[in-house]
Amino acid sequence: MLKRNIFRFLIVLTGMVSLMAAPAHALVEININKGNVEPLPIAVTDFLQGELGQKISDVVAADLKRSGLFAPIDKGAFIEKISNPDAAPRFEDWKVINAQALVTGRVTQEADGRLKAEFRLWDSFAGQQMTGQQFFTQPENWRRVAHIIADAIYKQITGEEGYFDTRIVYVAESGPKTARKRQLAIMDQDGANARAVTNNADLVLTPRFSPNKQEITYMSFEGNQPRVYLLQLETGQREVVGNFPGMTFAPRFSPDGQRVIMSLQQEGNANIYTMDLRSRTTTRLTNTAAIDTSPSYSPDGSQVVFESDRGGKQQLYVMSATGGGQNRISFGDGSYSTPVWSPRGDLIAFTKQSGGKFSIGVMKPDGSGERILTTGFHNEGPTWAPNGRVLMFFRQNAGAGGPQLYSIDLTGYNEQLVSTQGFASDPAWSPLLE
Amino acid sequence: MSRIHTPAAGRMNTLARNPVMIALFMTLAIAGCASKKNLPNNANDLGLGANAATPGSTQDFTVNVGDRIFFDTDSSSIRADAQSTLARQAQWLAKYPNYQITVEGHADERGTREYNLALGARRAAATKDFLASQGVPASRLRTISFGKEKPVAVCDDISCWSQNRRAVTVLGGAGM
Repeated sequence: MLKRNIFRFLIVLTGMVSLMAAPAHALVEININKGNVEPLPIAVTDFLQGELGQKISDVVAADLKRSGLFAPIDKGAFIEKISNPDAAPRFEDWKVINAQALVTGRVTQEADGRLKAEFRLWDSFAGQQMTGQQFFTQPENWRRVAHIIADAIYKQITGEEGYFDTRIVYVAESGPKTARKRQLAIMDQDGANARAVTNNADLVLTPRFSPNKQEITYMSFEGNQPRVYLLQLETGQREVVGNFPGMTFAPRFSPDGQRVIMSLQQEGNANIYTMDLRSRTTTRLTNTAAIDTSPSYSPDGSQVVFESDRGGKQQLYVMSATGGGQNRISFGDGSYSTPVWSPRGDLIAFTKQSGGKFSIGVMKPDGSGERILTTGFHNEGPTWAPNGRVLMFFRQNAGAGGPQLYSIDLTGYNEQLVSTQGFASDPAWSPLLE
Repeated sequence: MSRIHTPAAGRMNTLARNPVMIALFMTLAIAGCASKKNLPNNANDLGLGANAATPGSTQDFTVNVGDRIFFDTDSSSIRADAQSTLARQAQWLAKYPNYQITVEGHADERGTREYNLALGARRAAATKDFLASQGVPASRLRTISFGKEKPVAVCDDISCWSQNRRAVTVLGGAGM
């Protein structure tokens, strides 16, 4: 049974905590477009007071570390013990341990039971506060507050939006390969708070978040009728998307959330269709005797990238959102599939099969600038973090019992296992929750 | 017994490169039941025993006719060995006209999930068309694809992948 109100969550940002003068320009920053970045040493001190403050600071530090852009300093090396997070720290003590940035904070309980979390980000070498913010929320949402704080720190120092206050929907797999059970599950991007959103024997595949984070579209074999479904997360209500005379699969939302784009299988052919969720009208976008599938919209909604074997092997094609001008964009060795357009619009990520290996790569929407990020026995199905900097995908090593989720930086560095309880596949990243 | 070819061989049927195998399969087809235990994944391998099956039963179909055919990598062409299996299936189905049939299409693990769903459907459709060409009424035939999600053989080399690239004719079943 679905937990109600999965996404109903109150975090109130009450504005900047002003202590010192407005930040100067020469503060610490990371240029994340440089390739392999040297991680920035940062000290994330325990938030006052007590165990919850420590847990929040641990989640903040873990987020920053996993991004590969920050190197949180071991708390054992700290010289100053922060006793008043509103006062300026002794910058000399932090410069000595090379903490270029410093985070202090406090968690308190309001009279109405809400949690109040405040933090300040300091530049040790400039001797200045970079930002300070405070949030109110229910105590059970403390992890989300920590992710929001980590996003604020990431944005302040890199100049780009963060991606820590996000969730992943994926296929949780259990049991032997010949009788694999698959359920849809949702977790925080760091693997915490995982919970199943379906729980029955039906095969379910390829879940994708709606832009408003309230719905999932996915494929289910319920009643041995493989079709695309829409699931309302708050109510658990499910419905079949469209009344198509055959298997529908590979669904994704349009950027405005008003349409689902998917493939319809008829005999040996798969073509791409959309269904408008309000008018229920369906539109056919491709019409070939080939397998056209895995459609993904550009973030402005004007174009669609998809895979087709119309030329022999699977290759990537781009067309207008109305189906016109279908142009092949992939021309390298091997075959290309599961294209997904970056939220920034500048790149398309894909799975590439070549020489018996499966790779995750990116190319520009015109097909130029192909870069392979990771290669191995089996890597498949990339999904973008909402800031377009990090990709998640699933990997199965030769001889392994099942797939697991990994994340990798756009540079190809900082590959990280995303911990799940069992095997996992088909990750899809949510937009930022706030 | 499994046919050996590289998974990257492409979509062209590899039979032409393998005259020995064609001859072998033709021999098997002529030799009849006594030799069928050599066919890959035949239910005889499960120890069911050909003689135990009641004529017209599901077991009879599985054991004495053979319920599945195999495909080359990325291909939905019906191979010569598969054609003889499907011809036997059509004869059996003509003799027992009460069965509805679902053809399940499957792919091996060496492809992406969405493409393999379509490839399995393409294999099921090709199998259905072949059975129809052998006189099985289309009204009795349905198809379903499970992509790469239901392998029967589990290992990470060609010996398993070649068994998983299959279409299984299921008596009854539920497809679209």
